[in-house]
Amino acid sequence: MNPFDIPLQALLGQLLIGLVNGSFYAMLSLGLAVIFGLLGIINFAHGALYMMGAFGAWILMDKFGIGYWYAIVIVPIAIGVLGIVIERLFLKHLYKLDPLYGLLLTFGLALIAEGIFRDRYGVSGQSYNVPESLQGATDLGFMILPNYRAWVVLASLGTCLGTWFVIERTRLGATLRAATENPHMVQAFGINVPIMVTLTYGAGAALAALAGVLAAPVIQVTPLMGSNIIIVVFAVVVIGGMGSILGSVLTGLALGLIEGLTRVVYPEASNIVVFVIMAIVLVLRPAGLFGKEA
Amino acid sequence: MRLTTYVYIALAALAVLAPLIGLYPVFVMKLLCFAIFACAFNLLLGYTGLLSFGHAAYFGAAAYTTGYLVKTLHWTPEVAILGGMALAAFSGLIVGAMAIRRQGIYFAMITLALAQMLYFVCLQLKLTGGEDGLQGVPRGNLFGMLSLSNDTTMYYFVLALFVTVFLLIRRIVHSPFGQILKAIRENEPRAVSLGYDVERYKLLAFVLSTTLAGLAGSLKTLVFGFATLSDVHWSMSGEVILMTLLGGVGTFFGPVLGAGIVVALQDNLADKVGSWVSVIIGAIFVVCVMAFRRGLVGEAQAFFGRKKKTA
Repeated sequence: MNPFDIPLQALLGQLLIGLVNGSFYAMLSLGLAVIFGLLGIINFAHGALYMMGAFGAWILMDKFGIGYWYAIVIVPIAIGVLGIVIERLFLKHLYKLDPLYGLLLTFGLALIAEGIFRDRYGVSGQSYNVPESLQGATDLGFMILPNYRAWVVLASLGTCLGTWFVIERTRLGATLRAATENPHMVQAFGINVPIMVTLTYGAGAALAALAGVLAAPVIQVTPLMGSNIIIVVFAVVVIGGMGSILGSVLTGLALGLIEGLTRVVYPEASNIVVFVIMAIVLVLRPAGLFGKEA
Repeated sequence: MRLTTYVYIALAALAVLAPLIGLYPVFVMKLLCFAIFACAFNLLLGYTGLLSFGHAAYFGAAAYTTGYLVKTLHWTPEVAILGGMALAAFSGLIVGAMAIRRQGIYFAMITLALAQMLYFVCLQLKLTGGEDGLQGVPRGNLFGMLSLSNDTTMYYFVLALFVTVFLLIRRIVHSPFGQILKAIRENEPRAVSLGYDVERYKLLAFVLSTTLAGLAGSLKTLVFGFATLSDVHWSMSGEVILMTLLGGVGTFFGPVLGAGIVVALQDNLADKVGSWVSVIIGAIFVVCVMAFRRGLVGEAQAFFGRKKKTA
């Protein structure tokens, strides 16, 4: 297909979908980076937490009739608490070991979560309606902008910026960064580092769940959605490097856009374009675009 | 280590007699294929300290290649197996060269991501049959003479290859090359400071491991007569990690035992519990990481080693 024959409307529509996906990549890779910074663990369960976030919203609606605006508060808190439990029960015991064990443990947890949901709900998708207040679309003149998609992009950008602000510009964030550099020193100043670590994992889990709730109305809610996205997010993290928060957000958004663009120009490659970019980055700039170390 | 010798003799006798005493040969062949796969993986994780989270890529790539060569091009099985191994080695060389540019946890993520890329490629290519995979691959005649369609003949062929791989890996690990790999695992900066070209050794270990993983995949295609998407899926990569971890990372016999347990579990549970297989596999992961990181064989060695010291 000649790229100049593509109608502008279709191109913009795909770019918007790309931007929405990119927002999810950004939120998830941000959570991964924050958890990795403090815990030294790559959280394979991040995809499963995202999946449980989406399912949480769907179950609240389906079983209890509780709507979107309640779910967007309740579900992240519930998954955050689950994260705290996971950290206390399992991860706490692994910090002194090779980080590979953290990856393997969270992989096991992801398999458990996926298996339970697959047993209960099967692999076919559940659909979740866009909340009434965000239905419809706005005509921007050059394109029709569905309100919910705009909300997803704004909400996740806001969340990412908020996280960035807390970590880079507040006292709590300064302590957090200090604990990432040297936990023993920070502990010597009388700060309870283990609790901080626990809460960080909880916050990371809540962030993943929030992404899941935001995603519920724009995708099919299935038990497999977590493992599908987490591998792409790993590639995003390898491309961006985990050293910089804004770096991982930008990388996530950019890759979402590129994926959307590929879907217009050469749809067959849209599944693999992120991995191809990862390979190119590894060859040209092994430390990643924003990485500090190899 | 008298005990180990007796165990090996007993197991060898059992393996040779298996078809005569009524063990289902296809089951034992499946077990041996996965044992080869897990041993190949262990060469990388156990003796070089590199966690590849994408070993299904090489297993599956070779499975598809062998299936295609035998079914469409009518190659003889031994040449088709070599073809599968060659492709696994080649893709291992490319992926390995990229992945060793980053260390530790990044290595795992890169191998996983590149393996997922291959999965999508296999899903879309016409050559691989998309969602259906390659079905009805004949076993053919070994060297053009010996028909492998007989399960017993095929069994001894697979067994011979398994024993070869097992001894080969022992030989590699005990060679000077293997000692350097272990030095890299224990302390990479020191290995560098001793003047070893660490990247080259890592890459060579990676390619060896992917080649043998390819052998496992090729054999699997011939045994069952099909190659499907599940051979290249990330859950297959997870399974081989589990086999190695459960049996014992960095032990010779651990991966074989782990493969045996996981294959037996899957064969017995798949019909009864459905999706719970994945829950059970996940739970075994959690228990292994939390409670016995040395794996069954590793813990047994530690136990008997301790007893000997106190006696």
